[in-house]
Amino acid sequence: MAIDIATIKRDFPILEREVNGKRIVYLDSAASSQKPLAVLDAMDDCYRRYYANVHRGVYTIAEESTAAMELARAKVARFVNARQSSEIVFVRNATEAINLVAYSWARANLQAGDKIVLSHLEHHANVVPWQMLAAERGVEVRWIPLTPDFRLDLTDLDELLAGARLLAISAMSNVLGTITPVQELIAAAHAAGALALVDACQYVPHVATDVQAWDADFVAFSAHKMCGPSGIGALWARQELLEAMPPFLGGGEMIRDVRLDGFTTNDVPWKFEAGTPAIAESVGWGAAVDYLQGLGMDAVRAHEVELTAYALSAVHERFGADLTVYGPQDTAIRGGAVSFLFDGIHAHDISQVLDEDAVCVRAGHHCAKPLMRQLGVPATTRASFYVYNDEADVDVLIEALAKAQKFFEI
Amino acid sequence: MAGLEDLYREIILDHYRSPRNRGELDAPPAHKVEGFNPLCGDEVVLYLDVDPDSETVRDIKIAGQGCSISQASTSMMSAAVKGKSLEEVRQLTRAFKALMSIHESKLEGDGEGDGADLAAELSGVRLGDLEALQGVVKFPVRIKCATLAWNTLEQGIDEVLTSTP
Repeated sequence: MAIDIATIKRDFPILEREVNGKRIVYLDSAASSQKPLAVLDAMDDCYRRYYANVHRGVYTIAEESTAAMELARAKVARFVNARQSSEIVFVRNATEAINLVAYSWARANLQAGDKIVLSHLEHHANVVPWQMLAAERGVEVRWIPLTPDFRLDLTDLDELLAGARLLAISAMSNVLGTITPVQELIAAAHAAGALALVDACQYVPHVATDVQAWDADFVAFSAHKMCGPSGIGALWARQELLEAMPPFLGGGEMIRDVRLDGFTTNDVPWKFEAGTPAIAESVGWGAAVDYLQGLGMDAVRAHEVELTAYALSAVHERFGADLTVYGPQDTAIRGGAVSFLFDGIHAHDISQVLDEDAVCVRAGHHCAKPLMRQLGVPATTRASFYVYNDEADVDVLIEALAKAQKFFEI
Repeated sequence: MAGLEDLYREIILDHYRSPRNRGELDAPPAHKVEGFNPLCGDEVVLYLDVDPDSETVRDIKIAGQGCSISQASTSMMSAAVKGKSLEEVRQLTRAFKALMSIHESKLEGDGEGDGADLAAELSGVRLGDLEALQGVVKFPVRIKCATLAWNTLEQGIDEVLTSTP
């Protein structure tokens, strides 16, 4: 089933918004996506009809809110093909999911001299928690480099993985768009005796995801990049890993019993969900999953592949060598995040001029400074596409870029 | 609505395209100081030749990379402080920062130029070309781009003075 873009655009009320007298063209979904009415309505309905704290009261609306949150967990679990709902731990965002693994699993299992393998294209969220661990524990961090065509360079993968305890890798770069060979990487990690964590927060919103097919151990992703609300994300992990891991944050919900001399922990996943969770946000996330599944993730991916191909060829035709795209040209191995630089014009200046035409793009280092250093650029401009973008949006982008180029070359 | 021409005055674009005092000084004897804007990855490198006896900025060279506002501001700063006494530099720094912060607190006001006049009044110095940067305050996220050079300069001068016996 193909995407009906006109209908989809109407599903997102914010896309009606005008800035500077022009309808916004939202091309920053890699930072955060917009929300369809279905999500807004679901959250509104929760707050208006049945909001109460979860797993507590025996009154009707408390039962309803608990059931709604657990239903959302089940939806998210099915969306990534988890074996069971209890493998989905609700957290604030993908960053917290990775930190949970770093604080709980890694600090319980890693010693000085143990090795963790990352790559040069990681987001800071999948770099800094491991650097903090390295500083605290004397764990060694190793890096998978990039090829000149913006893929992971797997030439020395086996050497890098030798003796490693964990491979922590992004499934899709938020800067380059590159889709990494996750399954192959995980197989190599397991062969070396390492566990594998996948930062999938750019991947899950755009490509049908199967954590079992990946054979992953930990997968981090968030709701806000997949049409859901901000403030909630998930750590998926194999049930037996979650059961063996010590708790992360202490407090309510994560306990079974508390005595003066200690506590025992609740069952997985609640063991890792201390404190009142993001209740309405979980409901909104469930609605976002329904929305995306209604469109079909294969159709979502096909739409974005087509649109990205259109954008890559349009910028090349219009700007030629004046504009450099940092990322693969082959849409089979990339997502819809397109980072670029004009020769001699800083990314921030481009972005500023684009705002005049209500074109929303991101400029900067995209929380991936090690990668920017590898690329040898201080910043890029990034346009990123989602299911509600179309070729007309790309055309507006191109015209606005031409205007920016003219403005700075006068 | 603030337009692009408020932000990108011709003199700013001129400093961006043809930065003044671009280059390096041998450090030591000159003092090298770097400043970063983590938001956009702007980088400013200053080479300061400060004479501690006469308390003057004998020479200054600038390097680095970044957006037009950060780089133009660095160029304009270097032209403004070269040959000046440290006291004059401090006055300029205060006045420039006032220019940036006064507008920040009254963004909705339409009193263009008030901030500059007030800043000059406060410090008793003329900002000259630097006033061209006042349009930046209508674009709050870019203020840090404009102040980076001055913050880096302040840091550099502090470092020079504390390392001088």
